[in-house]
Amino acid sequence: MNKKIVFYTVGRILQIEGILLLLPTVVSLIYREKTALHLFLSALIAATVGAILMFLNRKGDRKIFAREGFASVALSWIMMSAIGALPFYLSGAIPSYTSAFFETVSGFTTTGASILPDITVLSHGLLFWRSFTHWVGGMGVLVFIMAIFPSESGRSVHIMRAEMPGPIVGKLVPKVRETAKILYLIYIAMTVIMTVLLMFGKMSLFDSLLHAFGTAGTGGFGMRPDSVGGYSPYCQWVITVFMLLCGINFNLYYLIIIGRFRSAVKSSELWCYLAIVAASIIAVVINITATLGNVYDSLSATIRHSAFQVVSVMTTTGFSTVDFNLWPEFSKTLLLVLMFIGGCAGSTAGGLKVSRLILMVKTVRRDLKRLIHPRSVNTVKFEGKTVENETVESLGSYFMIYAVVFFVMLMVVSFDRFNLTTTFSAVVACFNNVGPGLGGVGPLGNFSEFSVHSKWFLSLGMLLGRLEIFPILLTLSPSTWAKK
Amino acid sequence: MKIVIVGCGKIGATILSNLTSEGHNIVAIDSDAEVITELTNVYDVMGICGNGADSDILDEAGVGSAELFIAVSNSDELNMLSCFLARKMGAKHTIARVRNPEYNDKSLRFMKENLELSMAINPELLAAKELFNILKFPSAVKIEKFSRGNLEMIEFRLGSDSALDGMTLIDLRKNHRAKVLVCYVRRGDEVFIPNGTFILKSGDLIGLTAKSTELQKFFKSLGVYKKQAKNVMILGGGKVSLYLSEMLLEAGSSVKIIEKNKEVCNTLSEALPKAVVLNGDGAEHELLLEEGLESLDAFVSLTGMDEENILLSIFASNQKVPKTIAKVDRDELVNLAERLGLDCVVSAKRMTANVLLSYARALENSLGSNVETLYKLADGKAEALEFNVKPDSKVIGIPLKELAIKKGILIAGIIRDRKTVIPSGDDVIKAHDNVVVIAADQGLRDLDGILR
Repeated sequence: MNKKIVFYTVGRILQIEGILLLLPTVVSLIYREKTALHLFLSALIAATVGAILMFLNRKGDRKIFAREGFASVALSWIMMSAIGALPFYLSGAIPSYTSAFFETVSGFTTTGASILPDITVLSHGLLFWRSFTHWVGGMGVLVFIMAIFPSESGRSVHIMRAEMPGPIVGKLVPKVRETAKILYLIYIAMTVIMTVLLMFGKMSLFDSLLHAFGTAGTGGFGMRPDSVGGYSPYCQWVITVFMLLCGINFNLYYLIIIGRFRSAVKSSELWCYLAIVAASIIAVVINITATLGNVYDSLSATIRHSAFQVVSVMTTTGFSTVDFNLWPEFSKTLLLVLMFIGGCAGSTAGGLKVSRLILMVKTVRRDLKRLIHPRSVNTVKFEGKTVENETVESLGSYFMIYAVVFFVMLMVVSFDRFNLTTTFSAVVACFNNVGPGLGGVGPLGNFSEFSVHSKWFLSLGMLLGRLEIFPILLTLSPSTWAKK
Repeated sequence: MKIVIVGCGKIGATILSNLTSEGHNIVAIDSDAEVITELTNVYDVMGICGNGADSDILDEAGVGSAELFIAVSNSDELNMLSCFLARKMGAKHTIARVRNPEYNDKSLRFMKENLELSMAINPELLAAKELFNILKFPSAVKIEKFSRGNLEMIEFRLGSDSALDGMTLIDLRKNHRAKVLVCYVRRGDEVFIPNGTFILKSGDLIGLTAKSTELQKFFKSLGVYKKQAKNVMILGGGKVSLYLSEMLLEAGSSVKIIEKNKEVCNTLSEALPKAVVLNGDGAEHELLLEEGLESLDAFVSLTGMDEENILLSIFASNQKVPKTIAKVDRDELVNLAERLGLDCVVSAKRMTANVLLSYARALENSLGSNVETLYKLADGKAEALEFNVKPDSKVIGIPLKELAIKKGILIAGIIRDRKTVIPSGDDVIKAHDNVVVIAADQGLRDLDGILR
């Protein structure tokens, strides 16, 4: 293990975080708030710690192998959250550091689960920072670093693999750096377009920007106690569409930009994703109208709310327009299932990812076929390509470890004596980076009642979910750190 | 520059590693998924697993926007076909590896024209040519030719009792009247571009340029001159030995080839009626001694096994064969062979990479002074480049001693109207000259890049 390059990378990430923290500082200054001081102080701390780490580890070779990639990503995310929590803690807006850490992890991992009972205590600067963490975490900070700094090693693809979600991470163009640049440009363009569209809907610039951050990163931190419920139907539709768009593999946008529209449309993951969303919306609309009648005045409103909630949960964003805790049991269960599925690979969404699901179904089908025809030879194909056996195997172990981690967290959190719905959905919502769950942690509830140890565990769960388990798990295992 | 490489075997991977370090955008295509995974793990390239002659795969690789398309897979036919497709899809330049001797005769030109190939590369032929050059002038460890042979750069090692030990380069010029220019010195793992006060030591590997008549004089005065090898034994009957034997026989040397496989022996004896083809295991010392190892001028080991080549060459030089050469393809083993006292090592893989690298450099800069030839020297730590001087170059007309040249760069030779000038401080570069530059630790793309 090359510890130097790992800590060097972490140092660089912290410096970047220091620079990023200046943005909310400026916002705070514009609104003439006292929190500007706390934000600036945090920026200073981030930059100093980063500089020290970089200085101490400036020498040594710059080779990155798989384990260095994993460790760099995992440690960077942990350190970033630890320092990113300082503004909340220093300003006293969130008095306990545990809660501040939870809130920040929830931000960076684009979960959107909050421990704030009353969101209005936050100043504009802190609100900005809170939503901005979504945006930063959505596409990944290390990918950002790769886009800016020339790569010192050809092996930096290991970092990208560790940070980008999905079972198979492919490059768009030969160079990692160019790929990272393209991804970020698409990401920025989407954010800008969405902000403008929201402003057309009479939302203020500040609100539009924050909602665009939360949507592009599929995060879901709202600014009001009722999330986006208070905004106009137009704004709600804009957010719905963009949540849907951000749950799609960003590689497809690149294909469309370079004019290969047909290969983009051929993506089976895309169609599967859209089909699940459409089917779920229809099911929820029917279920609500049948059970609750015309609870939302008109059919169009029912469709709007159903679409919003389904898309929000499926893409693991976590905004809400209504309290889906009041929905019939079937709709709630459906939402819970959607939380597990998540968006497409290569998007900013969390969850298991649609492509994993497709691969799993295909593998199961292959194995069933083999039971009937024991001598049959079958390969699993995905997006027109044969999937290697190794990928299929690692998929199996991913599901296994996913289940194990999930149940361990469930047991730990159950010590808090909430009812099963709350406990279960809280873990689901955190682990899959959704945000709100059901029961006590529903759209109108929050995580403030959880005990300290649960908050730490759920924070860890969010990180595990965002980085797809292995990087964090490997970094925690001592054999990774052993000398070669 | 965007480059697509089809086939990532020994040669493909070497090219890929060289071209990535030059900063090109590279897409690699290979039918073996494991090879692709390994390459994309190590290098910053995009890998596509599939058949290089499948237009879908080529389309996915973005061949239409590629400046250079290189097909170096195992099969000549596949290479030609994929180059043809790539060219039709819009690739600007295509290079195919074509190594079957049957394609490498007159039909090659016809094929090149009709397939619109920019270059057909035959690594075995390149290696054979290099071997032939060395055998013509066995005092050298290595010979690099510039401007179609008008200028030669010779690499040779100073023996333990060399007369040059402890001599500065200024004294070298004074004492030996031969006009030679020492271009680079390799000592251990370090490479120096020397100036006049540099002191030579025995054991150094030095590269020098001179006119060929001067070279002979120089080596004779040192007492290490070896005559052209007339009596050569070749181990292994692969393509390189076939090409080499043809050249040697044409030049009037006698050739003995030892090959294990009976059938290969038959084809060889058909193709080379003048050569003595022996069927036997070259690793048996008895056989070698029986066939007159001691009376040989040169022993060339060209079997498919690097290790065998190294060991047998060492055995041969212990039997007092004046010149032994081994074919060693794996880079790790080259250093090892050197440490074992085996200087003269050739590799088809590295020669091919050199040729392609110079082609890529020249493409990249079609406006300025072009790179015409490129050789990697001393383990890739230095390069020798030949430029054609364009009339608007900044170096024209200024005496060399007044040019502000960067550190680690030396002008090794000027070729003007097919005549070689070994430059001194008073010489000037003129338009349309060919200039050979030695550069350590930098990738020169343009002649003007030598200026500070």
